[in-house]
Amino acid sequence: MLHIYCPHCGEYREEEEFHCKGQAHIPRPLDPDNCSDEEWGNYMYFRHNPKGLHHEIWYHSTGCQKFFNITRDTVTYEIKEVYKMGEQPSVAAKG
Amino acid sequence: MSEISAPEKHQVTRLSANVAVMNQYAGGAVAAQSPLHHADFASLAGKSPKVGGVMLRELKLLGHLTLRGQQNNDSFMAGCAEVLGVALPIQPLTSVEKGAVSVRWRSPDEWLVVLPAEQAFDVEKALRARIQGHYSVVNVSGGQTILELSGPNARDVLKKSCPLDLHPSHFPVGKVAGTVFAKATALVRRTGEERWELVVRRSFSDYLWAWIQDASREYGLIVN
Ligand SMILES: [Zn+2]
Repeated sequence: MLHIYCPHCGEYREEEEFHCKGQAHIPRPLDPDNCSDEEWGNYMYFRHNPKGLHHEIWYHSTGCQKFFNITRDTVTYEIKEVYKMGEQPSVAAKG
Repeated sequence: MSEISAPEKHQVTRLSANVAVMNQYAGGAVAAQSPLHHADFASLAGKSPKVGGVMLRELKLLGHLTLRGQQNNDSFMAGCAEVLGVALPIQPLTSVEKGAVSVRWRSPDEWLVVLPAEQAFDVEKALRARIQGHYSVVNVSGGQTILELSGPNARDVLKKSCPLDLHPSHFPVGKVAGTVFAKATALVRRTGEERWELVVRRSFSDYLWAWIQDASREYGLIVN
């Protein structure tokens, strides 16, 4: 079980209260009508699967029902940092 | 289903161009039923043992209003304080009470207000009349109920049912936490030294009633 700090509730809670919503910081093409199929396909379907640091969106589903970001090491499961939506990570994954 | 009256019988008040609010309180003439009506706590209370470690009662048929708005919307914060008689708690995981009204922090922009059912419509109308800007008031009374666990072993029942840290140093009286209780979502609040309440979805209430009976069996359950 991960012990996760919710930046909105301001305390650690069990993983059971959360859902992982996948990779964070995926930019939507600014002009979807005129972007290429490849750009749209990358946005819709292609995700990183790193061995190491990964930026993820998590959802405190049974608590405050807010989304936030986690930087997590997929090898050790260590959570490097937690930060709110709209903020940038200070521990950045490569690529 | 005979007790459900048609919507057109209810008073519908149109307060602004795009919001119609309806009084969901059926009134004293209609016998409302809680989601645990079939469990018949009133009869069980008569048959319950007099000694036990856990007391259970349902705080049923209360008015529940979900308020949403931004803390930087002065009209929202001041309007809620004025109408409810108490300011919304902005400290995370806290609650406030004033008379029969209680307000629980749910998130930085969401609060649950519990009040007597017959006051819910007037309070909703007063909030809508008073608040400007982007906000929401939703009467969710019919969707949830409140179970109150108390007694020397109430915390033990909670400890086997949810993953919260319930130590007194971490969970003081007045604290609120949304969590999982026996895999169902619940808003847990400590209302006294040995008293806790769970706001639960009505469709889970029968399951949770069965769970609580099982989890409190070793301590002795008193229904009242
Ligand atoms: Zn939270």
